[in-house]
Amino acid sequence: MFALTEKNRSIAQLLLNTGTCPRCVFRFCCVGLQASYRHPYKDLLRELHEFLEYNKEKEDKFCCEIADPPCKRIRLENMGEGAEDLNQNGALQQTPVADDVNVAMENSTPKVCNVCLGILQEFCEIDFVQKVCQKVNSAEYQFTSFVFSVSLPPQLSVREHAAWLLVKEEMGKQGLSLAKEDVVQLKETYKWIIHPLFSEELGVPADGKSLFEVSVVFAHPETDEDCHFLATVCPDCFKPAKNKQSVFTRMAIIKALDKIKEEDFRKHFPCSPSSPKNICAALEIQCTNGAIFVAGRYNKYSRNLPQTPWIIDGERKLESSVEELISEHLMTAFKADSFNFSSSGREDVDVRTLGRGRPFAIELVNPHRIHFTAMEMKELQQKINNSSDKIKVRDLQLVTREAIGHMKEGEEEKTKTYSALIWTDKAIQKEDIALLDDMKELKIDQKTPLRVLHRRPLAVRSRVIHTMKSEYIDDHHFRLHLKTQAGTYIKEFVHGDFGRTKPNIGFLLKRTADILELDVESVDVDWPPTLND
Amino acid sequence: MTGGSRACWRVGAGMAAAPGVTERYFTRWYKPDVKGNLCEDHCILQHSNRICVITLAEAHPLLQNGKTIKNINYQISANCSRLQNKVSGKSKRGAQFLTELAPLCRISCSDGEEYTIYSCIRGRLMEVNENILDNPTILQEKVRILLTLSLFLIFIPVLYHGLIF
Repeated sequence: MFALTEKNRSIAQLLLNTGTCPRCVFRFCCVGLQASYRHPYKDLLRELHEFLEYNKEKEDKFCCEIADPPCKRIRLENMGEGAEDLNQNGALQQTPVADDVNVAMENSTPKVCNVCLGILQEFCEIDFVQKVCQKVNSAEYQFTSFVFSVSLPPQLSVREHAAWLLVKEEMGKQGLSLAKEDVVQLKETYKWIIHPLFSEELGVPADGKSLFEVSVVFAHPETDEDCHFLATVCPDCFKPAKNKQSVFTRMAIIKALDKIKEEDFRKHFPCSPSSPKNICAALEIQCTNGAIFVAGRYNKYSRNLPQTPWIIDGERKLESSVEELISEHLMTAFKADSFNFSSSGREDVDVRTLGRGRPFAIELVNPHRIHFTAMEMKELQQKINNSSDKIKVRDLQLVTREAIGHMKEGEEEKTKTYSALIWTDKAIQKEDIALLDDMKELKIDQKTPLRVLHRRPLAVRSRVIHTMKSEYIDDHHFRLHLKTQAGTYIKEFVHGDFGRTKPNIGFLLKRTADILELDVESVDVDWPPTLND
Repeated sequence: MTGGSRACWRVGAGMAAAPGVTERYFTRWYKPDVKGNLCEDHCILQHSNRICVITLAEAHPLLQNGKTIKNINYQISANCSRLQNKVSGKSKRGAQFLTELAPLCRISCSDGEEYTIYSCIRGRLMEVNENILDNPTILQEKVRILLTLSLFLIFIPVLYHGLIF
């Protein structure tokens, strides 16, 4: 059952005459049935011509007065070939219609559609689909579904607008109206046609939420200047931005088309757009996979290892980093392009992280491999642990993007426990340090420590030392275990930072104190979930 | 600036200071006989991140036995009080600009002597030690021990090489 009906006839004829392809004709006739568009192009073209010929014939037969002179002229020309088949009434018989159609097709078939510039023509063919799939397969990605995104040249909006004005005018003659929103969108139509073809070829379904994206960028340099006139008519829509190559972005053009008055548009752009010589070109065909998140907890056993690479003026100050030691193996396993490392707080170069370690999450950007079983993750964890004695990871697992929020929450809200080795100038006895054990919820005020003051604003932070437990070593040394609020500077709490952290250990013990060693004993965050090893 | 008879020298880690973490980050610089006043030596502690702490050197009269500080005044002129210094943001906007001979504070003693502490380096004033206003004796205690030093003021030096006189 052909998609068009009687009421579409004049529009269809008009558009076809101006060089519009069958599928675009359907769109302007508001054909909403997806299946209609999926028929092979040649069939659609032939059916459309048959439809138009048949109706023309009907009206001639019944001497309809609304016949379009140009169409009749074409028909009469074609009649020349089939003249011998005329019966007595002057009506054509069935068989010659096919000949007419073929000739009509030859005469009025546009090479390249003047509205879609070939997108709904050649780029719906299996050849193109296969070409794209070849690229996808050679990139060796792992995926279970795909989302296809297409970027169309902005001038298509201009041509669409022109065609709409043309059709609107024609329908107006019949007392009908056509809103721009009623016209079926080009992109939508394209996806109706192309998705099943890709699905078939790739062997996986199309899914709007898929993380694996196949994207194609189309360009048509021949008609790039089509939209330039908009800048003269609506200059305020086109502001040059630093990042963009051209000021004629899709958004700007759409905005301008909304604003521009019909008369102004018609002055600058023909309302049956001209037929281009060339088809669009598929400039870029790319695949990307959505980011994958791997979380875990790390221990740091070295007092000479920064968390992130330490590079000043292009020179690396310390070899390696926690981040690199972990990410290196993940990047290789997941075949990712790059990574982003984040953790629930951090520690200094000279501080160890003991206990269950500190939660971290790594975002792997554009991973080619995404499927990992729990067993494979365990193996990966073992690999990382075997590669270095400076760090250890545990609870290595795949998590979602939302997980990052947990971690940052941990950084700001959760408590941490530490163990500090402290030196005092004046001798101490066990009794002298016992008083620390009795202090609960000790409030301290810390000005921004000197050692970070060059990159932080000067401010005072109030923090709480929840509990302390001292361990006497000798008359100048003791170990202190503390549980503190997130964001407390421990070193400064011990030595006082020139009196800028008050109270401090020195002040509490009425001595001068310094910190010799610091270890993080625990980061009290429940995330990521513990895995049974 | 033509120096006094004693050269300025740099002292690395060491002296009778506490062992450990902080010594690692600071380098000491000395400016002897500031403003031509004999023995009024200043010591500048320069952190590895270029923030400097201005302190008194051991030879300074204020740190000698028997000296009692009566008053510390940050009002150095009619228009300028170091206490009014307010910085904001990461780049520390609003800081008072200091040249080598900019006075930082005036200290008067019970024996009637008065001493002025000078900046010694070019830079922007970030903070002054207000603890000593309530308790001037801290200035004189703990002088040989790093970390809880005497008078201090902190700068971000604008001209780094100003430290080498």
